[in-house]
Amino acid sequence: MKRLAKWRLVSLFALVSLILSACSGQPHLSTLQPAGEVAQKQYDLMVLSTVIMLAVMAVVAVIFVVVLVKFRRKDDKIPKQVEGNHALEIIWTVIPILLILIISVPTVVSIFKFADVDAMERKNEDGTVDATVVNVRASLYWWEFEYPNEGIVTSQELVVPTDEKVYFNLIASDVKHSFWIPAVGGKMDNNTENVNKFWLEFDSEHVDPNELFQGRCAELCGPSHALMDFKAKALPRAEYDQWVSDMKNVEEAEVATTDLAQQGQEIFNQSCIGCHAVTPSNGTPAEARLAPNLTNFGERSIIAGYLENNEENLKDWLKDPETFKPGNKMTDTYGKLTPEQLDALTAYLMGLKVQD
Amino acid sequence: MSTIAQKKGFGATLWDYLTTVDHKKIAHLYLIAGGFFFLVGGLEALFIRIQLLKPNNDFVSAGFFNEILTMHGTTMIFLAAMPLVFAFMNAIMPLQIGARDVAFPFLNALGFWLFLFGGIFLNLSWFMGGAPDAGWTSYASLSITSEGHGIDFYALGLQIAGLGTLIGGINFLVTIINMRAPGMTYMRMPMFTWTTFIVSALILFAFPPLTVGLFLMTFDRMFGANFFDAAMGGNTIIWEHFFWIFGHPEVYILILPAFGIFSEIFAIFSRKRLFGYSSMVFATVLIGFLGFMVWAHHMFTTGLGPIANSIFAVATMAIAVPTGIKIFNWLFTMWGGSIRFTTPMLWAIAFIPSFIMGGVTGVMLGSASQDYQYHDTYFVVAHFHYVIVGGVVFALFAGAHLYWPKMFGTMLNEFLGKITFVLFFVGFHMTFFIQHFLGLWGMPRRVFTYLPGQGFETSNVISSIGAFLMAAGVIVLLVNVVITSVKNEKVGNDPWEDGRTLEWALPSPPPYYNFKQLPLVRGLDAYWLEKMDGKKGMTPAEPIGDIHMPNNSFIPFTISLGLFIAAFGAMFHGDEGNTWGVPVLIFGLLFTLGSMFVRSIKDDHGYHIPKKELLDDKDLGGKA
Amino acid sequence: MHVEEKMTVEKWPASPEKQTLEAKNKFLGFWFFLGGETVLFASLFATYLALKDSVPRSDMYLAKDLFEIPLVFVMTMILLTSSLTSVYAMYHMKNFDFKKMQIWLGITVVLGLCFLGLEIYEFNHYVHEFGHTFTSSAFGSAFYTLVGFHGAHVAFGLLWITTLMIRNSKRGLNLYNAPKFYVASLYWHFIDVVWVFIFTVVYLMGMVG
Repeated sequence: MKRLAKWRLVSLFALVSLILSACSGQPHLSTLQPAGEVAQKQYDLMVLSTVIMLAVMAVVAVIFVVVLVKFRRKDDKIPKQVEGNHALEIIWTVIPILLILIISVPTVVSIFKFADVDAMERKNEDGTVDATVVNVRASLYWWEFEYPNEGIVTSQELVVPTDEKVYFNLIASDVKHSFWIPAVGGKMDNNTENVNKFWLEFDSEHVDPNELFQGRCAELCGPSHALMDFKAKALPRAEYDQWVSDMKNVEEAEVATTDLAQQGQEIFNQSCIGCHAVTPSNGTPAEARLAPNLTNFGERSIIAGYLENNEENLKDWLKDPETFKPGNKMTDTYGKLTPEQLDALTAYLMGLKVQD
Repeated sequence: MSTIAQKKGFGATLWDYLTTVDHKKIAHLYLIAGGFFFLVGGLEALFIRIQLLKPNNDFVSAGFFNEILTMHGTTMIFLAAMPLVFAFMNAIMPLQIGARDVAFPFLNALGFWLFLFGGIFLNLSWFMGGAPDAGWTSYASLSITSEGHGIDFYALGLQIAGLGTLIGGINFLVTIINMRAPGMTYMRMPMFTWTTFIVSALILFAFPPLTVGLFLMTFDRMFGANFFDAAMGGNTIIWEHFFWIFGHPEVYILILPAFGIFSEIFAIFSRKRLFGYSSMVFATVLIGFLGFMVWAHHMFTTGLGPIANSIFAVATMAIAVPTGIKIFNWLFTMWGGSIRFTTPMLWAIAFIPSFIMGGVTGVMLGSASQDYQYHDTYFVVAHFHYVIVGGVVFALFAGAHLYWPKMFGTMLNEFLGKITFVLFFVGFHMTFFIQHFLGLWGMPRRVFTYLPGQGFETSNVISSIGAFLMAAGVIVLLVNVVITSVKNEKVGNDPWEDGRTLEWALPSPPPYYNFKQLPLVRGLDAYWLEKMDGKKGMTPAEPIGDIHMPNNSFIPFTISLGLFIAAFGAMFHGDEGNTWGVPVLIFGLLFTLGSMFVRSIKDDHGYHIPKKELLDDKDLGGKA
Repeated sequence: MHVEEKMTVEKWPASPEKQTLEAKNKFLGFWFFLGGETVLFASLFATYLALKDSVPRSDMYLAKDLFEIPLVFVMTMILLTSSLTSVYAMYHMKNFDFKKMQIWLGITVVLGLCFLGLEIYEFNHYVHEFGHTFTSSAFGSAFYTLVGFHGAHVAFGLLWITTLMIRNSKRGLNLYNAPKFYVASLYWHFIDVVWVFIFTVVYLMGMVG
């Protein structure tokens, strides 16, 4: 009998995982395809609580069906007026308490685990920090990723090493946003007045080199809230280190190589550079970094956070940003661009690469 | 009175309703106004679902979508669900405790007019430059930077409406404590009265934080204060706390009366006493109490730290226990009963599985470390619609069918009622079940669109179709109301035949003084006890005598109107070149203050219905 | 007993404020109202504590630079005394001594006016001497909102009591207006209690930094 019960439990778990995986959404996006320690723990908790809840619902369903079938009105008799039943009432008070306790323990343990960011501050003797730390600054409607220990800044596409904890400092520069990479673990708010800290870990075994993790803003922040997406690229440690050193090597804005691109650079230096930096240094104060850093723009997979990075999209976006991201801060900061100017700018921007 | 009213002209009837202090008429007003706003909010919901029907849709613009979603939430909670709940509380609770009216008839009217003027003010935003667009939660950093007057409409409109609710809450508390009929002890009060009682206490303690929050927002936006401006030393988290210290109890303010209505329905249509009455009362009190201890579970991702998150997580999950007690008590009320499947009973039966769905996802959301994934996604949207639609709206539909005869003297058509039920029930689950998965798959809430290729397409289509089914159900209900009102077939005091509580001992609708003689209550389900003893009605607790009644008054209307006017002044005074703002603000406030002054200095002793008239009027007396 | 009935000392009941059902309702309802007001002020206190000394620039004045205990102490004493005088007024109300009640209520109103005058002086002082205004910082907003809300309550209470005194000056006490006087004095006590908290939380705790 006991074994049978155990089997039932196992099969219930199997059923739940089956249901969840049958409708588990897309890899690199869905919370049901966890690709990191945080998301995995959260997924395990989901399964645990779903199983418990299904068990409760099964009990209710049985009573429910019996009641509806057996106690329909058949005659005009007055049923016995029952006041209650203490034994029953105690049972359905105590059992839920126990079930809640079963969920509470792993919940509380994981809350503390997810909030453990001591390693961020742990300094070596020479003052360096071993932990990978990223300052995430959210603005209407774009993301900046600053690596304080490396002294570099990038935007829209987060680059992180796999299989180790990556620590995040979250802040917003205008209104409240919320930083979320569903498949890797969620989520924490970017407040306007204080820095929030948490960590995520990206599993190498779940990384498809051809696809990036989808990140997004989860707190209503204005008209283009829905489009405030970003990507996260998880690289093995060696490749990550290479990326960092490539970024660090860019000390001055690269000079365009082709004629067209040089024209583009001229336009850029006249109209765009006031807000968009093309060097990765974090020397300028955060408040002065008014728009996404474009140092490695040509290597990113996306434009404006969500459009596929190709020349056509880039031109459309530059021509009329308002249709693509209503309420963005770039609209009307520069004059109308001629097709030639667009070609030139596109050529320049697409050539902004650090890893050649 | 009702027959007299029918003979009166339209103007006289209108004046009667504008000045009434009768709880039954105020209930009509709440029902009509709340019903209207429910349709408005429903229309907004349809716009949302049309926009999300396919990826990259451009049915509405991004900014307009935010206005719609904000107004949908705000309207449904403050202007539809609250007043509809208040409609039933007003119509039924005084009858259930054997009272002739509420404790403060004047304030009762004032509460209604404040709510109505606040609601109208809020909705005028559509025609005056744009509605609020920061979500019904109106989080401070976004709401103080929002351009135009949208958020001003929100802050001032809710301030006025909220004041009305607070007044209503105090009124019901005093009514239940002081006005119960002889023999109606606390532990003999019907479940709906109990929930009204607890809810009124929740209102009393939950609305002041909202009042303060709205004041701070008003001062920030219109008078240059800096509560939420981080650059000036402000802190937006203060708003989040105030909003949710109000907002979480608010959810219980809505759901507990729903529990009350369902408790009545299960007992009536199972022909059985409510199972575990005292544990039901205890569970209600406990839910109300715990409701104040859990607000921060809406802020798990705000960064309050692991200790706060753990405490609020465990407290939140604990609420599942009293709620579970209630569910099992309802099931065992039906167990061994003799169930009749009327329209109200269908809603009640459908409520159990629907609400459990919302309840279990509530536990999952309460477990904070999971919530980090669910927070601000469609999973949350699915959850709260399961509790608010599957709980509150189902109860409002059930209550409308159940109490229609008591409020209007005629029965809604049962056949049409069942069609409404089927359409709405199927549509509801279609719309919201799939949204759990949308959230888990990575779709945040409050998005005006989504990109193709993320696997969201089919689910959103299903969800939108469901919304239209719900709309169809509501239309059938409207048709039902019209047909019923035209036919107007009068029914007797106990049209469902199995009424258990005092209201069913009175004619439908009851005379304007409710009870000719106050009834003597001998136990729980007072009317049922008398019926089982073979009596036709209640035993009177007093001889027939003069009845003291309150006078009608137009002052509640003018007090509310003054605040309505003042709100326009406050809102526009800061506009460039505006010269009339401050004078209008002062005029409006003086108008309100003046109305209160008149109320204060003019003696209002009410009037007496002479004993002779009551003796002559055999028909109106009811059987009490 | 009819509410408008002309009363005499002999007929005057021991608790004239709770004789009719309407009066009992008013009495209980008002207590609930004060419960709600308590939550309101608690929220304002919480806001103030969260934003105390929260200023955008380091050269701006903080609580410890602003407040002067002597002035606030005088204000506190005035308001506490006015609470006491309203108790005397209610004492005479219960003894059906209308004239003495009116006198004591009059003194209460005068003390309330003194308090308000000092408060206006105090605010004016902060604005002109320290540049501490409603819009200068979050601290300023929170301070003026909390103390200003209390001040507005005082002003409303004065209007209320004065209205009652004038309205009933000719006809004296009866069971209809006795509860009105009673709840007005309850309100006055409540304002006084709130001030004690403001004195402690804002001023005394402000002095120690």
